[in-house]
This record gives sequence, structure tokens and C-alpha cells, in this order.
Amino acid sequence: MGFENIVFYVFAAIMVFSALMVITVKNPVQASLFLVLTFFSTSAIWMLLEAEFLAITLVLVYVGAVMVLFLFVVMMLDINVARMRAAFIQYLPIGVAVLVTMAAMMFMVVGPEHFGLDVENFAAPARQAADYNNTRELGLVLYTVYVYPFEIAAVILLVAIIAAIALTLRRRPKTKYQDPDLQIAVKRNDRVRMISMDSEETK
Amino acid sequence: MIALSDYLTLAAIMFSLSVAGIFLNRKNIIIILMSIELMLLSVNINFVAFSHFLGDLSGQVFVFFILTVAAAEAAIGLAILVVLFRNKRTIDVDELDTMKG
Repeated sequence: MGFENIVFYVFAAIMVFSALMVITVKNPVQASLFLVLTFFSTSAIWMLLEAEFLAITLVLVYVGAVMVLFLFVVMMLDINVARMRAAFIQYLPIGVAVLVTMAAMMFMVVGPEHFGLDVENFAAPARQAADYNNTRELGLVLYTVYVYPFEIAAVILLVAIIAAIALTLRRRPKTKYQDPDLQIAVKRNDRVRMISMDSEETK
Repeated sequence: MIALSDYLTLAAIMFSLSVAGIFLNRKNIIIILMSIELMLLSVNINFVAFSHFLGDLSGQVFVFFILTVAAAEAAIGLAILVVLFRNKRTIDVDELDTMKG
């Protein structure tokens, strides 16, 4: 059993354990922290698969941004945990049944018996040389073949930003706002009134 | 050596766990959103594993796009959740039946 196997099985065990904790812990804050652990161990598995850029992206973007967003929302909302947990025991049998059935069905498909996905028939390619640059290779594909999907992805992110702001923007009716349009469009006559009057006599 | 089927089995376990998570926590929208994130992650493991074993970088490009869409989905989903909580003072799925015919 080589070092590669040890790395794989250790991180796979951490991953499955933390995923199990995500769906079973009481406190949503703990659930999101366990989700962070799941993402970290997934990133280690991706390193093993020579997808270094995506592994770092997963940590930076997911753990750094998305999970912090989750934590913010979880802490912002006032959640009645006891009430949420009331149905947990009730749905436990069907949840376990679904878990076992789906896992068994997928084992039959992706297991080593039927489609020759084991080490003998479908061995992994040789490791890349030490100067192999995954980010460079990915960039060469991403900015040539997939340049239009890449731009669409950028537009999707823009839509997400606008949608998130538009959804959560709240205008309070009593708050006083400045209207720059009116401020710029103001004329001299709106502010100054010329009055013709006789000069006052001094004694 | 680790076979492709090991990676696919790991992803299958993760996917089944996240489906079970939706069943178990079906009152709590936040945990349901987390389960959806786990599902997308397990699909991404499949993409990366096939990309490595077939020696084709297209799989990793797809993972890149899935990550983008998942981040957008999480941002919009959480924004909807915040608005929902502001209006209803709860995130219990059973209470969210305004659109019931």
C-alpha cells in the first residue's frame, strides 16, 4: 500500500465523515463548518488527481467566499433549531433507506466488476513531470476553445450579483435620500428670486 | 494504485449522503442548500477523476463552469432566503405555502 493510497483513503474518510456530520448535526453553524472541512478534503483529493488549479480555486472561492456567505446568513437568521429538528427522527428511516438504495445502485454501476474501471483494465496515466503547469494548460484551453462559455460564465456571475443586490435591497419610506438628478438639474431661478424694490433711505 | 472506480465510488457515497440530507433536514432550507452544494461537489469529483484518467482537460474546464454556476446559485439562494426570513420570520419549509393553489 503506497503513500498515494494512504492519502486517498485518509482524505476520503475525512470527507465522508464530515459530509455525514453536515446532514446530521443540530446546529447550522456547525453544519457549515463541517462543509468547510468537506471542501478542504475534496481539494486534497483533487490535488491527487493533478487538478491543482481547481483544488486551490475550491479552497479560495468556496471556503473563502461561499462558505463565509453561508456562515453570515446562518448567524444573521434567528433559527428555531428545536423546531427544525422535530421532523428529523420522523424522516430518519426513509433517509437511511434512500441513502442505502442510491449508494448500492451506484456501486453496481461504477464498481470495478462491470465496466472495467479497475486498476488492471483502466490504469491511471503516468504522473506528469515536475515542470507540468496545470494552470497554464487549463488557461490554454479555457481562453481558446472555451472562450465563449467563459464569457457566459462571467455574465452569469454579473447576473448573480445584480439579482442578490436587487433581492435584498430595502428602501425604507421614511428615510431621506438625495436625488442627484434633481440636484444637477437645478436652475438659478429655483434658488434666487430677484425682487425690484425701492432702496431704503438712510437718515 | 487507486482505480477510477474508487473515485467514482467516493463521489457516489457523497451524492447519496447529500440526497439523504435533503430528506432528513427537509424543514431547514439552509441545510438543504448545503446538501445541494455537496451534490455539485460530488459531481465535480467525477468530472475531475475522468479528466485525469482520460487525459483530457475538458473535464476540468467543466468543473470550472460548475463552480461558477454553483457560486451564483448559492448567492441568489441565500438572498432569497434572507428576503423570505425578513417577510415571514421563519425558514421552516412547511410555513412557506403562500403559493399553494
